Amino acid sequence: MNLVNWTRKNLFSNWHDTLLTFIILFLFYISIPPLLSWMFFDATFFGTSKKDCSGTGACWVFIQVWLKRFTYGMYPNDQIWRIDLAFIIFFFVIGAYFFVNTKIKKILFIFLTIIFPFLAIFLFHGGLFGLEEVETRVWGGLFLTLFISVFSIIFCFPIGVLLAMGRRSKLPVIRYFSIGFIELWRGVPLITVLFMAAVMFPVFLPSGTNLDKLVRVIIAITLFESAYIAEVIRGGLQAIPKGQYDAANSLGMGYWKSHILIILPQALKIVIPGVANTFIALFKDTPLILVVGLMELLGMVNMAKTNPAWLGLATEGYVFAAIVYFIFCFAMSRYSLRLEKQLKTSN
Amino acid sequence: MKILSKTLNKINIFLENNPKITIYFPQFLIILVLTIIISYFSLNASTNMAARGIETGFAFLKNKASFDIQFSLIEFDSNDSYARAYLVGLLNTLLVSGIGIFFATVIGFFVGIIRLSTNILASKVAEAYIEIFRNIPLLLQIFFWYFAVLRLLPSSENSLILFDFVFANIKGIYVPRFVWTNFNFLTYGLVVSILAIYIFRFYSKKKQDLTGVQVPTFTTSLIIFVVINLLFIIIGNVGLSLTYPVLETNRGIHNYSGGVSVIPELIALAFSLSLYTSTFIAECVRAGILGIDKGQKEAAASIGLSKSQILKLIVIPQALRIIIPPVTNQYLNLTKKFIFSSRNCLPRYCFSFCWYCVDANWQSNRNCLDYDAYILNFKYINFTVYELV
Repeated sequence: MNLVNWTRKNLFSNWHDTLLTFIILFLFYISIPPLLSWMFFDATFFGTSKKDCSGTGACWVFIQVWLKRFTYGMYPNDQIWRIDLAFIIFFFVIGAYFFVNTKIKKILFIFLTIIFPFLAIFLFHGGLFGLEEVETRVWGGLFLTLFISVFSIIFCFPIGVLLAMGRRSKLPVIRYFSIGFIELWRGVPLITVLFMAAVMFPVFLPSGTNLDKLVRVIIAITLFESAYIAEVIRGGLQAIPKGQYDAANSLGMGYWKSHILIILPQALKIVIPGVANTFIALFKDTPLILVVGLMELLGMVNMAKTNPAWLGLATEGYVFAAIVYFIFCFAMSRYSLRLEKQLKTSN
Repeated sequence: MKILSKTLNKINIFLENNPKITIYFPQFLIILVLTIIISYFSLNASTNMAARGIETGFAFLKNKASFDIQFSLIEFDSNDSYARAYLVGLLNTLLVSGIGIFFATVIGFFVGIIRLSTNILASKVAEAYIEIFRNIPLLLQIFFWYFAVLRLLPSSENSLILFDFVFANIKGIYVPRFVWTNFNFLTYGLVVSILAIYIFRFYSKKKQDLTGVQVPTFTTSLIIFVVINLLFIIIGNVGLSLTYPVLETNRGIHNYSGGVSVIPELIALAFSLSLYTSTFIAECVRAGILGIDKGQKEAAASIGLSKSQILKLIVIPQALRIIIPPVTNQYLNLTKKFIFSSRNCLPRYCFSFCWYCVDANWQSNRNCLDYDAYILNFKYINFTVYELV
């Protein structure tokens, strides 16, 4: 009885609702069965080459064979454990973060933001303490996507905080410098920035010096995103009531002391969802590094589909990449929504 | 430690006694650092460019472009100048952004309203649509439509025919071209009917102010519009005929000619840009409608407005106020995203603000400041869009 009431209320409450329901059901009927049979029932999952595919459904053999390349790029097979190790540490620390008390949380946070980046770079690049050196041009796949987005966000955060403070500063030179910097990067599309970093930047360095392309790209993305982060953080700073500033001043705190101890902790808490959104946008923009010749997940898929032995499997590759990106972005957006709700109730 | 804290204390006291230093010193420092960085980079750049023989400046705009652009709204061939190539790129940018903005707005408003529907199935479907299309990178979507979907279309000789006048094949989609005779009369008709509607509205409003009697504005306007236009069409003998695309075979190569051809790159771009942006617009619309206080509707109902009047006079004007600023931002984003997508997916079509010119230049390594020209141009469009909206 309950179910009948529920359907009557939510699906068939009046004639146009009923019509809408039937139209949607009809669309489901014509679109979902072929999609499912393509993806699962007629699909080939296991095999070693394109010949194993039966032909009617999707050929997931393509993904299965290329999965290692999609995940790690052209990284040497016997060195892959280094990437795995770094990511296991990363996810372990993040997982542990939710279960420990505040004191250990602080230590973990410092470890993640200050020590871990260097550890990860050492593990990925090698060249020290007997680890074999792996050049950045063979890095790729999902690993590179995560590397670039995580590192850019870590580096751009402090710059963004400084820029946001600079934009609200009373000193005209600092204020106009911050405004100019932020508006310059916001007015230019990311692809231009990447191109400048990849092609133009060497012109500005003394001849003979050569900065790694990946480093240049990360610097470019960091500067680009720091402008966006700065605007998000500025929103947080503006949301702090003036009384907080006055109270800090009346306690005899200077500019830096009041910001570090009073203003920023509150402001950063407010802007967590905004920062998360910026991070999702950054993550979705990483495929762009394709233009400067770095092969992250989408780049690897693009490369694999032009392989003569695997022609005509573009759809499978893109569907796979889309699912991977979707999982990451969707999880992050849901997490940021949850954080937003938590913060709302706590205030 | 003691010495350190003592000196720090001294410095603090010194700064407190000389407040001007805390104001001027950091600013001076920033100017100094900026000057050093800029002069260092420009010094390097000038020596490097001199060593490589790269020229700077905008003189290259007059040079011969010597490349072809496959899709342009104005005539262009390889003998034309770079400036004209940029113009082609600008027009193409405006075309695709315009198409994208139009469809994104329509789909976005539609989905945003469906998302708020009381029908749970419909609202869930709208939510799924939004989540799927906004959580997949735009570049991936473009690749998907271009390489996976549009490549599945058949070749020219056995192309897909829809309704007998749309021909779809791997080289693009062909639709008939409209050929008007006495088109002027139709434009006159449009102008006159719009004027008539304005006059009618002016007087009906005056009448309502005086007597309180309402005239059904919308229906009357529609009738005026149709009648006046029909009159003009009949008087002016306006005719419309269609030129159908025809399959021609030339030395074994099949091609459609006549009609309007839309190349697959344009379709893929317009499609993915509008789907991607529409999800963001849908969310803005939803936020805007939810942002209207319930009391507003109740107050409107209590003074006797009908349901459609509440929507038209109370809800939509206020919702639009909330919706328009973020949607404008989305339009800008669309234009910006468009630039990157075109570079990747459409190598030779000069869709964007002439990436192709830039590329061609880089290959011949003549003018490295094309990039700056490009960025300047882009910023310019960006600001004009801002001011327009």
